[in-house]
Amino acid sequence: MRPSRLILIPALGFLALFFVYPLIEIFRQSLAPNGDFSLAPFETVLGDSFFLGRLWFTAWQALASTALTLALGLPSAYVFARYEFRGKTTIRALTTIPFVLPVVVVAIAFTALLGPTGVLNEALQSIFGLSQPPIRVLNTITVILLAHAFYNYTIVVRTVSALWANIDPRTEEAARVLGGGAVAVFWRVTLPQIAPAVLSAALLVFMFSFTSFGVVLILGGPEFATLEATIYNLTARLLRLPLAAALAIVQIVFTLAVMWTYARLQARTATPLSLQPQSAATRRIRGRRQRLLIGLNFGLVFLWLGAPLLALVERSFRGAEGYTFAFYKALENNAQEQFFFVSLSEALRNSLWFAAVTVLIAVPLGTVLAFAVARVRGRWRPIADALAMLPLGVSVITLAFGILIALDSGPLDLRASWVIIVVAHTLIAYPFVMRSVLSVVRGIDERLHEAAATLGASPTQTVRRVDLPIVSRAMLVGATFAFAISIGDFGAALLLSRPEFSTMNVAIFRYLSLPGGERLGAALAMSVVLMLVSGIGFLLIERFRYRDVGEF
Amino acid sequence: MALMFSLRRIVPLLLGLSAVALIVAACGDNDAPADDARTAADFAGEELVVLVHDSFAISAETIAAFEDQFDVTVTVVLTGDALEGLNRAILTKGNPEGDLLFGVDNISFVRALEADVFLPYRPAALDSIDESLIFDDSGHITPVNFGYVLFNFHKAALAQAGLSAPATLEQLALPDWSGRVAVQDPNTSSPGLQLMLVTIAYFGENGPYTWLDFWRDMRANDLIVSDNWTDAYYTQFSQYGGGAWLVNSYATSPPAEVIFAESPLDESPTGNVIVPGGSYRQVEGVGILRGTDKQPLAQAFIDFMLSDRFQSDIPLNMFVYPVVNGVPLPSEFLEFAQIPTEPAQIDADVVAANLERWLDEWTDVVLR
Repeated sequence: MRPSRLILIPALGFLALFFVYPLIEIFRQSLAPNGDFSLAPFETVLGDSFFLGRLWFTAWQALASTALTLALGLPSAYVFARYEFRGKTTIRALTTIPFVLPVVVVAIAFTALLGPTGVLNEALQSIFGLSQPPIRVLNTITVILLAHAFYNYTIVVRTVSALWANIDPRTEEAARVLGGGAVAVFWRVTLPQIAPAVLSAALLVFMFSFTSFGVVLILGGPEFATLEATIYNLTARLLRLPLAAALAIVQIVFTLAVMWTYARLQARTATPLSLQPQSAATRRIRGRRQRLLIGLNFGLVFLWLGAPLLALVERSFRGAEGYTFAFYKALENNAQEQFFFVSLSEALRNSLWFAAVTVLIAVPLGTVLAFAVARVRGRWRPIADALAMLPLGVSVITLAFGILIALDSGPLDLRASWVIIVVAHTLIAYPFVMRSVLSVVRGIDERLHEAAATLGASPTQTVRRVDLPIVSRAMLVGATFAFAISIGDFGAALLLSRPEFSTMNVAIFRYLSLPGGERLGAALAMSVVLMLVSGIGFLLIERFRYRDVGEF
Repeated sequence: MALMFSLRRIVPLLLGLSAVALIVAACGDNDAPADDARTAADFAGEELVVLVHDSFAISAETIAAFEDQFDVTVTVVLTGDALEGLNRAILTKGNPEGDLLFGVDNISFVRALEADVFLPYRPAALDSIDESLIFDDSGHITPVNFGYVLFNFHKAALAQAGLSAPATLEQLALPDWSGRVAVQDPNTSSPGLQLMLVTIAYFGENGPYTWLDFWRDMRANDLIVSDNWTDAYYTQFSQYGGGAWLVNSYATSPPAEVIFAESPLDESPTGNVIVPGGSYRQVEGVGILRGTDKQPLAQAFIDFMLSDRFQSDIPLNMFVYPVVNGVPLPSEFLEFAQIPTEPAQIDADVVAANLERWLDEWTDVVLR
């Protein structure tokens, strides 16, 4: 067997064991507990206007969130792809920080800014002498869309700029020379080339908004529950498993349809690109107009992402009697000697350990799958592509309960082991790596392979010396997301949590489980540390380079 | 700097890692036949796995005391919120995730008994527990602690508005409290569910003004519904910058505000709304999961949970009351937590028979 096929075995084995098998087990136990399969739950789900309403709401809010995120993210992606400026990597790292923050903390930040007694309302009330707060966005659909864009902006920026930066600017220049206007050149020359990445980003943002849970429930309120939240409730709290399984399958079918449509579109848009090292495509900022354009862009980003983050930082230092470090000191000091107290250093160590292992598994797994999917020919390709992305569309609680009953004996009884946490993180993270790599793999010119073969390179050598250098940048983008997903995870770590496994997010959750100003302060201080550590992590990942091929 | 991209090097590494993880996970199970007449020395080296809900907390020293006494290891696993923990136990019946489950309460135990997931055990210390707290007559679930769910009010906000705390639940539907009351969704939150049960006991299902009429009026009065307690308390409650002056919370929240204050306080910034029949008393207990191979050690742990050492450690960790009579309470509890005298009377069997319907009705009236 060819080595490239051999490499697929552990990848598919991982998915079979930790994804397919648990899912089949939970569906079997839910829908056919005595061996008789019943369609009744499906009739209930599809015949109930309540559940259909949930599906409709879930889909349209995800679509609207995706449109808003693209509108905000694409201009920034352009700036990152085409311009060289000081502090570029730092700013890019900053854009990813919202991605790791727990929703409860973001809700606190949004309340501090937009709430009835928030900064903005108080300012407007004092300026215009209003008696009632004029801005009432909390608990509306508006705040849901805003929050989704806040979280997912970085997906668009990173995914799209990674490809855009490597696209030969000479095609655009040639079009301009031939008399094309700026808009026409973008639509007819640039967009077709970056389309794979734009579609990728759109799919990821759509899936994240579609299965969104905390953002919708906490910022929007319980009346806005998504399908995912409904499945969670039916499973974890009500144990109405047949209904939950039917809904989970409806969600899977829907996401498969979305991904298949996407893969078809993707196949149609993919054209061999002449990819260039980034140094060839970026330029320095010149002139007033460019400066203004870029300044405007970052001004918006700063307001948009920076204000809530700054509100958190400010609040974490604000004590009853002026600014203080007290909350940060409390993070190391276990005043109550609680068994469950996790010191900052322990939480930090756990978070980083899980994130590191997740990156180490998700990056090769996603890359291998990307190459495998790219090799599938004809009409099976969209199907293979959609199937490989499926973990993003499966309800987390369904999978978690599946793991509880499937992996429950002998050496596979991993229920109380940290391995399960990393597995859960990997399942959410590898689709990001795969998408990111796939949009570049498809752009690789087939003639490069032919040339390598003619020069006597073995298939393995071709992968190592031709393909990997080209996709290395995309793998780093995937690694960044894998790191962010793991360090920002909250659900999986809570589904299986032992005090000694507590991550920073679990610690924040525990601080906020009892009343008191000090506990809120400590939770915010921990959030600021989380922001800082993630930011440093993103910067470190960006420093990796593959051999000396330059920034691809 | 070269990143190790070679898949040929990474794959064996990953396989190795997972093999190590599997071996580590497989070890540590030290089986021994169950036998009631064993002494402490017989447990030596065993690992007891205790499943708890995510509000469980106790001092490290207390757990260590048990570990030292019996020369065992206690592993605590959090299994989500209390309902989720019980549901996981039902789902994994016969092959449980741990040996004991803590967090079954005086309502949910009916489902636990129906599903038959617990082994019976009656510790001797039951004699020193108030009769009314022993909710499971069948002897499967041992009570450990209790607490009250009720509305907290923000003193400063009420003083500024010139209001006093409401004396009946009906008053909450008056214009004074429009947009000022925050509750949790009973579908997703335990205190939210308990408040719903209180209103059913308080207003009744029949008569001129039913519990659903009350919730309909509350909705018309701009009721704030949160997904969970943390969100209701830290983003909706005016004490923390939200718009609500009243929040559905716990009787021990005011003392917690003093204990976890940023700087020392003489008085709690919040108070309890005391309404006869307008609060819920929750009793939480522990049971031994059927399928455990460590029944004697699990029984020893339940005895330990009722010992003075454990009971007196409960208030300042979990912010609820110990069930055993005569256990001293911290001064903050005595000073700042007004204990409701007449909690709502709720029959667990009636709840078990009607809960799904009630939740659907509540959701219809308040959320749809």
